[in-house]
Order: sequence, then structure tokens, then C-alpha cells
Amino acid sequence: MTHHPLLTVSDLTIEFATRRGPVRAVEKIDLTLGKGETLGIVGESGSGKSVTSYAVMRLLDRAGRIAQGHISFSGISIDQASEAQMQDLRGREISMIFQNPRAALNPIRKVGHQIEDVLLRHVQATHANAKQKAIDILTQVRIARPEERYHAYPFQLSGGMCQRIVIALALACQPQLLIADEPTTGLDVTTQKAMMDLIVELTRERHMSTILITHDLGLAATYCDRIIVMEKGTLVEQASAAAIFKSPGHAYTKKLMRATPRSGIGLRDLLPDDLQTGAQPVPRKPPGVVLLDVENLVKDYPPTHGASLMSRLLRQDAGADKPFRAVDGLSFQIKAGESLGLVGESGCGKSTTSMMVMRLLDPTSGRITFLGQDTGAIPAAHFARSPFRSRIQMVFQDPTDSLNPRFTAERSIADPIYRLGSIKGSDAIRHRCEELATLVGLPVALLDRFPHQLSGGQKARVGIARAIALDPALVILDEPTAALDVSVQAVVLNLLEELKARLGMSYLFVSHDLHVVRMLCERVIVMRAGRIVEQGSAETIIEAPQADYTRELIAALPHPPV
Amino acid sequence: MNLILQIAKRILSAIPSLIGVVIVTFLLTRVLPGDTAAYFAGPAATPTAIEEVRKKLGLDKPLGAQFVAYVEALAHGDLGNSLTTGQPVTQDLAARLPASAELTLIGLIASMLISIPLGILAAVKQGSLIDHACRLIATAGVSLPVFFTGLLLVYVFYYLLGWAPAPLGRLDVFYSPPPTVTGFYLIDSLLAGDLETFRATAAQLALPAITLGLFALAPIARITRASMLSVLAADFIRTARASGLSARTVIITYAFRNAMLPVVTTLGMVFSFLLGANVLVEKVFAWPGAGSYAVEALIASDYAPVQGFVLAMAVLYILLNLLIDVAYGFIDPRVRLEG
Repeated sequence: MTHHPLLTVSDLTIEFATRRGPVRAVEKIDLTLGKGETLGIVGESGSGKSVTSYAVMRLLDRAGRIAQGHISFSGISIDQASEAQMQDLRGREISMIFQNPRAALNPIRKVGHQIEDVLLRHVQATHANAKQKAIDILTQVRIARPEERYHAYPFQLSGGMCQRIVIALALACQPQLLIADEPTTGLDVTTQKAMMDLIVELTRERHMSTILITHDLGLAATYCDRIIVMEKGTLVEQASAAAIFKSPGHAYTKKLMRATPRSGIGLRDLLPDDLQTGAQPVPRKPPGVVLLDVENLVKDYPPTHGASLMSRLLRQDAGADKPFRAVDGLSFQIKAGESLGLVGESGCGKSTTSMMVMRLLDPTSGRITFLGQDTGAIPAAHFARSPFRSRIQMVFQDPTDSLNPRFTAERSIADPIYRLGSIKGSDAIRHRCEELATLVGLPVALLDRFPHQLSGGQKARVGIARAIALDPALVILDEPTAALDVSVQAVVLNLLEELKARLGMSYLFVSHDLHVVRMLCERVIVMRAGRIVEQGSAETIIEAPQADYTRELIAALPHPPV
Repeated sequence: MNLILQIAKRILSAIPSLIGVVIVTFLLTRVLPGDTAAYFAGPAATPTAIEEVRKKLGLDKPLGAQFVAYVEALAHGDLGNSLTTGQPVTQDLAARLPASAELTLIGLIASMLISIPLGILAAVKQGSLIDHACRLIATAGVSLPVFFTGLLLVYVFYYLLGWAPAPLGRLDVFYSPPPTVTGFYLIDSLLAGDLETFRATAAQLALPAITLGLFALAPIARITRASMLSVLAADFIRTARASGLSARTVIITYAFRNAMLPVVTTLGMVFSFLLGANVLVEKVFAWPGAGSYAVEALIASDYAPVQGFVLAMAVLYILLNLLIDVAYGFIDPRVRLEG
């Protein structure tokens, strides 16, 4: 670290113009970043961590503006610079990598050309050698067969590969500062590890400074020298990564740390002290009879989706490409009152499996026996009319997108009751909704609100209330907390555990987060490429994994210096 | 290769809809009120004379037989004869469709040249004066009926200023049409090397094309603006800006190319709509187009031209959609693979 900081932010206040007047997203932030230093900015949604970084790039939305304070980057005053100066700085001196890499790339331009655009813009290459340089950079970010990938479009590449391209774009012009905004959110753990290792290695090689913006304290502590914790637009704590993990100073940091799922703790430990109810945790009952029995489940997807009759007639090579086998001979059981975790990386077939059990998708072969009945034999298209429909329900991944934006919370919760329930009459339904709301900890007053008027956690509760409205025997939880902040996740996970015990339900919990699965589930199945890699009790799998792949997954979890 | 296969597939899949069009237009023209035989026999004709005309036209046969005769003729490329003009319908359409197409194309191109940049500017400078101007022009363009703008333009530029020639068709009476190659006078006159005729054609085209263009302005400008706005809010635009790319590259290469798909769709729709439906403009400017031809035939209960027109329009519409799909493939690589 040098004495001359590369980036100095002092007294920074950012305002957003809204219909109800200006709102301060960030208030009086001070921070400095030395050459070659890695700084983590940690906070939950709405903490202002991303807005701060956008201000450094001067990429704020139309409505946002720097109301106060200064940003100085290697002697240049960012808040005073002209737009033309900023355009020269962006990409050449400061660059950024983003969350959701596939969306961050132009979908209809070859990735090689996108890299060339940046190189040519900052005169790092001429038209003659731009292609070669772009391929060099692709090699540096470890893209296999770079000459071929140069011609690829983003939709032809995996999420991890797209993120490598975004990194290539950011590092193409050898900038001094790299801002990584949630670079691994939404990626698999093994990809996350590979991505972070790559970023660290490349930035270290080039003596670059890095700002890592993340909601994951564990990730920040693993990869950063220093960490800043932000809450609601203010900076609450700043310390070295090791120090912050050993002895967090601020109450908010403590709360965040507590809520971060990690090894060796239970669900209750995630909650802050003030939410620890005096009540004893409901003891888990021993599992009862077999509720769901899945045997040799197989799902094939046809090679070309949406191929019409005509195109099949015209295709001579129809037999050439094989169908894609998403689920390959899966067998498992769920007993009454038990929760089973289904873990694996994207594309392993865990969602396809849950869809088939949910009877939204027809299996190619195999049996699904639910409550003693061969539900797999009922076509998915007719399952809505089956009496079993109300016995299997689902909580979806995205609490916002899975609610009808034009339905109030009450209407959403009541939806399954209207369609399948036995309760009739608006008063009785209202009463039932209030009962359900109380059960999931949603204030009854919020029942008349629309999804956009609710917070993420509240929307998650609405989704859960809707799923349990018909007293199902089995609830499928498809990454129900993946879109939530850790502190909210902690509360929702505890709620799920409590509901399970109180209502005697079983869960099929689909997740990529091994820690969360361990806390919520008795048994875990690790999947890869449509097959079971390993299964057993949650504790055994995490503490003493047998399969190499499971070990790899566990090793890829961030290991903060404790 | 792949592209040809895809086009062949599309043409094949259009056959059922073409058969449907043939049947429906045939039946529709038959159920229309009005008696063709009575119309052509004249107001003073006796019932026997009308019967005679009916027999001559084959209208006394059962519907099925009439349909078989129609399809048989169709298979030989014969659309029948127009009773009003006395010419074969194919010949009439061959003369009139290019007139309509030329007018519509020129109007659409003129409209695009203004509305697309306007829409882009309005989206980039959202909420600015240009944005409001775009809204105003678009609203005015779509709310003024074409016969009104047409008459206004004729009044100002022909009657008051005398800049435009008399609104009497495709070419002034003093000129003879260029030898037919494409049927588009602008192109044919250039091919013939006749600059004088070219100038005269352009002068005749100007006012009706502007009238049409004004009408087409609104949908194109609005869709360009809306589509640009949604693309400009996309993540990859932020990436492009964060890479320091110039505003020009960001807006044209990154944003507009992505925003083009809905614009192309709208262009196709506007074009096919204008081609068949600009009867009012054709009437105001005495333009010998296909729309007014069909309307006149319809009023006279003259079946063959109406059927021929609808069929021609259906074929054009299918070809246009094919063209749009091919354009999609060029714009968006994702579409190319899915086909």
C-alpha cells in the first residue's frame, strides 16, 4: 500500500429525485483506496453500496446526482470532470464488472467484437491487430478455444463464461481500478470460486486496485484486504478483513455476520438476539410413513424445442442429434414430516426434478408415487383438476415475479383457496387469509397491499402463505431465499422450519447453498448431470463428504479467515 | 443453405392460409348484397336480359361448380376478367399494384428517414423538448385524416404556390410512361435513361408520398422511442458506458441494433396496411392504385377483381412476413438458430 491513495471519496452524498422529493441514497461517505489494495463494500439491498460505485464511475441514473462531496481518482476530480473526460477514464482507468453477466453483454454482437470495441475506443489496438489482441485477452481470462469463442454470441456461452468475457472487457485496457459489483451473484459456487480466483490473480498481476461490492460478508472477507460495511446509505464500520470477522464492532455488522449461513451452526443461531424468541425450538419429530416415492425418474428434452411438424418433415438429419437427458434415473423417498434437500449446480436437473414432482412437467419414464397414488401417471396438463393438486404446493424462487402484480397480498394468498379450497364466501376466505398471514408472520394490515408495496421478505411470506393455504402434505421450496438479503433469509428459514413442525408438512428443498440445506434438511441429495452423486444425512454429507464432487462443492464455499 | 431451407419451410407453411384465403374471399364475394347480373345488364334491362347476362357469367350454376371453375382458372394463373374495365384481372393488377407499391414505399422511406431518428432522439433525451416535439408530431400525423392532409398539401403546393404538378395520377399527361421493367416509374425511367420522366414522376409522387408518410410517422416514431427506451435501460448498455464507449457507439451500435426488432415488425405492418388501405390518398391524387381498383370493383359487385386483389394482398403479406423473418435473422443471431 502506498501513501498516495488511488481513490479518495470524501463526504459523498448522493440524492435521487423521486416524485416525493429528493431521497438520499448515500450520505456522507468517506473512503480511500490505495494502489494495489482490495476493498470490500458489504451491505444488504438498499445500503447504497452499488450507488457509491456508480458515482465513482459517474454512471448514476438520470434521477441520481452527487449532491455533496468529492471523488478524486489519481489526482482527477471525478465530480468536476467533463463527460468527455469521463468517457476516456471509463474502461481505460476505471472499469467495472457486473452482476448477471449474460445481461451485461450485448446479446446480438459477437463477444470478440465487443472486446474490440473497447480496445479501439481507447486506442489500445488498431483495426489491424484488434482481433489478435481480443483473442489474447480471451486467453488471459482462461477461455478455452479463444479463436472459436471470439465469434460466439453471449447466448451461446455459459454464465461463467459470460462473466469471463465481462472481466475481459473490464481488463482489456489495463485499468488501474476495477470495481466488481456482485460479480458472482447468481453463479454456482464452483464458478464463483473460479471467478473470484481469476479476478484476484489478474488484478494482482497488474497491480490493480479492486473494489468488491457484495452482500456476502464471507466472500468479502475471503478476498479483500479491507472491508467497509454500509447500512441504509451510511458507512457503519471499516476495518481489515480479518479484524471484522474476529471482532465486528458495529451492531449491524454483528447482525450480518450472524445471519450468514456457515458451518457448525443451527437455524436459530442466524437470528439476532432481539428476534430470539424465548420459546423452545420445536423438536423435530421422527419421520413417519413414506409420503413421496420416486423411482427411476427420467426426463428427456427433445433436441430442438418447438420444432414444427413441417420442419421435422424437411429435416433429413432428424436422427442425428440426441435428446438432452436432464434427469437420468433418479430415485428417492420423502417421509412424512421430513425435509429433503436437493443440491447441485445449475443444469444438474434439480429444478426439472422438482417440476416433475410438482406435476408441472411430465416425466419421460419412471414412477412418482405420492400418498400411495401413482401421480406420475396423471398428465401434468390435467393435474390441476386432480384432488392431489392441493396436497403438493410450491414456493418459488423469485418472491416478486411469482406474485401477480395486480393482486393484493390477500388475493394472492386466497388464489388457491378460490380454485381448489372448500372455503366459500368472502368473509370466510378473508378470515382464512388473516389466519395464514398471522401464521407466516405477515402483519394483517399488509394484506390489502400490492406486491410493489411490500418488501422482499414480506413478499416471501406471501408466497409461503399461498403455498400452505390448502394444508399441503408436501411443499416444494425452489431456492425460496436466493433473492433475499441474508438477514431476511435468516428469518424466512426459521419461519419455514417452524411451519414444518407446526403443520406437519414435508419439504423438498431445492438449493445450491449447502449451508442452508444443512440447517433446514435432515437428508440431502447431491445431484450432478441428472444423477445422484451422493445422498445421506445432512450432517454427514457436509462434515464427511464421500464423493469428490461433493468435496469440490464444499471447498468452493468462501472460507473467510477466522 | 440453412436460410434457403428456412425460407422454403415458411413458404410451404403459408399454403394452408392461402387456401383459406381463396375459399373465404370466394364465399364472401358471393354473400355480398347486390346482383352482378342486374348491375351489368343495366338499369333498363328486362328480367330475361338479366337472366341472359347471369347465364353468360356462369352465375346461374351452383356455388360448388362456380368454385371449381374459379379454382381451375386460378391454377392456370387466370384471375378472371374484370367486368368494369373489361380487362383480365391479372393485367389490371400488374399495372396497378406497382403504382400502389411505389407510392407506399416512397412514403414509408420518407417517413422512416424522419421518424426513426426522431424516435431515437426522443428516447435518448427523454423528457426534453425533442421528446415532446416527437409526441406532438406523431399525434398530429396520426390524428389528421389522410384525405385532409392530402387536400391541404394540394391546396398549398399546387394551388397557392404552384410548386407541385396537378394531382392527376402517376405522370403528367404530356409525358409517356417509361417502358415497363419493374413497373416502378422511378426505376424504369432511370433504366431507360430518361431523366426528364424521372423528374416528372418524382414531382407527381412527392405530395401523395408525403401525405402517406405523415400518417406512418406516428407508429414508427412511437415504437422506435419505446423500444429504444427499454433497450437503453438494459444492463449491457451500462456495460458499454462503463467501458467508455462513445455515445454514438452506445446509441447506434449497441442500443439501436437491439431496438430494431419491434421497429422492423411495425414497418412491415404499416407497409402492408398502407399498400391496400390508402384508397383515400389514391382518390385525392387520382392515383391508379390497387386499393381504389378493388373498392370500385366491390361497389360494382364485380367479383373477379376483388378476389384477385385479396389474393394478391395475401401473397404480398406472406412474402412481407417472410422478408421480416429473414431480416430478424440478420439482426438477431438468436432468432437464426431457433428457426
